Amino acid sequence: MLRPATEAELSEIVGEAAATGGRLAIRGGGSKIEIGAPEENVRALEMRGFDGVVDYDPPELVLTVRAGTRLAEVQALVAGQNQMLAFEPFDHGPIFGRPAGDATIGGVVAANVSGSQRISSGALRDHLLGVRAVSGRGELFVSGAKVVKNVTGYDLPKLLAGSWGRLAALTEVTLKVLPAPRMAVTCVLRGLAPEAAVQAMAAAMGSQAEVAAAAHRPMPEPMTLFRLQGFNASVTARMQALERRLAPFGQLQRAAEAEALWEELRSLAPLPVDVPLWRVSVPPAAGGGLGRTLQALGAEWLLDWAGGLAWISMADGAAVRQAAAAAGGHAMLLRGPAALRAVVPAFHPQASALAALEGRVRKAFDPAGVFETGRF
Amino acid sequence: MSLEMPEPDAGVLARREEIILALRAIVPGEGVIDDPSALLVYESDGLTAYRQPPMVAVLPETTAQVAAILRWCHLNGVKLVPRGSGTSLSGGALPLADGVLLGLGKFKRVLDIDPANRVAVLQPGVTNLAVTQAIEHLGFYYAPDPSSQIACSIGGNVAENSGGVHCLKYGLTTNNVLGVEFVTIEGEIMRIGGRGLDAAGLDLLGVIVGSEGLLGVVTEVTVRILPKPEAARALLLGFATVEGAGRCVAEVIAAGIIPAGMEMMDRLAIHAAEAFVHAGYPLDVEALLIVELDGPEAECSELIGEVEAIATGNGAVYARISQSEQERLNFWAGRKAAFPAVGRLAPDFYCMDGTIPRRRLPDVLTRMKMLSAQYGLGVANVFHAGDGNLHPLILYDVNKPGDLDKAEEFGADILRFCVEMGGVLTGEHGVGVEKRELMPVMFTEADIAQQWHVKCAFDSKSLLNPGKMFPLLHRCAELGRVHVHGGQMAFPELPRF
Repeated sequence: MLRPATEAELSEIVGEAAATGGRLAIRGGGSKIEIGAPEENVRALEMRGFDGVVDYDPPELVLTVRAGTRLAEVQALVAGQNQMLAFEPFDHGPIFGRPAGDATIGGVVAANVSGSQRISSGALRDHLLGVRAVSGRGELFVSGAKVVKNVTGYDLPKLLAGSWGRLAALTEVTLKVLPAPRMAVTCVLRGLAPEAAVQAMAAAMGSQAEVAAAAHRPMPEPMTLFRLQGFNASVTARMQALERRLAPFGQLQRAAEAEALWEELRSLAPLPVDVPLWRVSVPPAAGGGLGRTLQALGAEWLLDWAGGLAWISMADGAAVRQAAAAAGGHAMLLRGPAALRAVVPAFHPQASALAALEGRVRKAFDPAGVFETGRF
Repeated sequence: MSLEMPEPDAGVLARREEIILALRAIVPGEGVIDDPSALLVYESDGLTAYRQPPMVAVLPETTAQVAAILRWCHLNGVKLVPRGSGTSLSGGALPLADGVLLGLGKFKRVLDIDPANRVAVLQPGVTNLAVTQAIEHLGFYYAPDPSSQIACSIGGNVAENSGGVHCLKYGLTTNNVLGVEFVTIEGEIMRIGGRGLDAAGLDLLGVIVGSEGLLGVVTEVTVRILPKPEAARALLLGFATVEGAGRCVAEVIAAGIIPAGMEMMDRLAIHAAEAFVHAGYPLDVEALLIVELDGPEAECSELIGEVEAIATGNGAVYARISQSEQERLNFWAGRKAAFPAVGRLAPDFYCMDGTIPRRRLPDVLTRMKMLSAQYGLGVANVFHAGDGNLHPLILYDVNKPGDLDKAEEFGADILRFCVEMGGVLTGEHGVGVEKRELMPVMFTEADIAQQWHVKCAFDSKSLLNPGKMFPLLHRCAELGRVHVHGGQMAFPELPRF
């Protein structure tokens, strides 16, 4: 196990691997280690040595933190200043049956982890302002900056968000933070069929109610959730507006135990653990039809992002990928036995011209393939 | 005017007739422009100090034509400069003497409005304002609103990652685009992203937005659309000191309020704007803030009171709350006319676009005063205060020997100081030709090299918009500017910044 403590050490390690044909698997907290194909002939590059807050001035809405810092620490830090990471990142540990707490901010950035609020506030990639990283050449580079508005040069942070460790090893990230809402309430509609649930969520998102998050679980009893948050008088007014807007779909009720409902969505607790799990991203309006189609083939499922994100439990991966593509989206294999992950690629296959361009971009960061571990 | 561009290729210039014929075979009729006087239309963009007619201009109407043009240019080693409406303030669409100007002006259709997915699909030549106009009957709008929105195109917004006064709350273009149809220099047509919230694989869309026309040509854009807020109200706040205004901005945000817009003007800008549009601004203050809140009526009412209390606590000597939509727009009228208003104070002025951490504002303004005295040139400041994006307007007279050089040095010193304070060279205008040579102030050689490697992954022969964004290999002392002489600038009728 390699465990650099400085950027200079990291550069040296990566540079040497590039020169000698080595393969390095970048590790944060290991919370997502069971995603992708099992790796062979790689050395783990442990990033937890890059730990701690570099700069945080709450009124500037900018937080700079070393990549190995634990997500939970970052969230506690900003919560202490009544702020939040508005993309609502979460720890993948519980999805894999482990306690939360190991995920690092670098891993969260590398996987572009964005929770239920993504539909209203944007994804992690929308809040990543700057990075320091060591490329597959072993070169330290900086891109972006520590201010909220910047168009100087290419936006390489966006490429690194969701690159799953295939372009560079992040050492430091700068994130936009936002004020935490003063209050949040969750309302629920019960008993909706999949298509109706998606229509209700579209109506809500298209209204002036400023819905922060909208999700649907079809089982055991269909529940469609809407989260409203912000200033007190505003939330009350918007809740009334939403109730009127959604009256054609049923009686909107305030949910008790709201946080537990959202937590179940984050950890995907309602879905079986012994069936392959797929993360399917589609145009939101297509989410209900996708759920119904795959349910008829035996799938269990949940919808987030007002229908734009479907979590599908289903053994027949070909059917999932076919349905995702037909709906204009893509399917990622998130959880499954190692033998399955060894033969089914985690990412949805792309059109050949796009795949070729993506391959050239990967080589632009990592010409020797130091970070190409066979995982993806 | 001594801006250095890549040396024109004599071999390409000698093949001009052959190139025109090849383009005519792809785009029939009047879509290929080779008449020298007609080409003058394209010789400049919003950065009017630099002028260079293209070798030839081509105005395709279909994606297939765009692909064929790019493929032919790639095979034949001919450079291209893409252009939308030509409102770039950093010279992003400045043509090349040996290059083809690829105008996307004929891509003017709104292709689809999809309220269920809250997206609109547009051709790149649709103007920014036309996007909102196409969807407002459904209660939606498109959030990014660069001040030139009546003219600038959505394709140009994608290329430059355009901002506007509302981007602290609603984001820049990059946060509001979900997909593009994209043509590579090899002529491959690909779809990146779509109506869903993310795409498989690397976030190529993220690097295409803001790439200033150096990576490929966008022929279709899918944008996020938002429900129009129920209400919007504004406060006009005057302060005896810039520091007081700066503290007010920080405390508003610390209180958990993200205004839809938060703009600051300094004394010179206030006086210029008031004399120009008579917006009713107080004249006995050092700094003026416009704070706009939007959302449900209940929220606006609650927060207006909070913001007013914060302002009073920070020594506001003037506070007025808009009582009507007309009054709110009036508050903005002075701010939006600040550019032409300042233009009346001196024969010429020159606009900069740095971003700084807001806490550094007093330092930067103090330094600017010092530099102003040192160079003997006045400077007015308008400032997107919420996000720290500063637009100093340097006053000079191009007919006064040495004034232009002084203005340029002054501007470069300001940008260098912005970077020294932890800020950046450009918050929303782009690097273009204007700030190309300042890139090493902000980035190391390795940083720039990594960006260049990405450029090469898309465009290995460097045919797309060369001479922009990256420093030329040999250092060029000349730094480009938004020069305005005698109030004459491209699109003088457009509101700016």
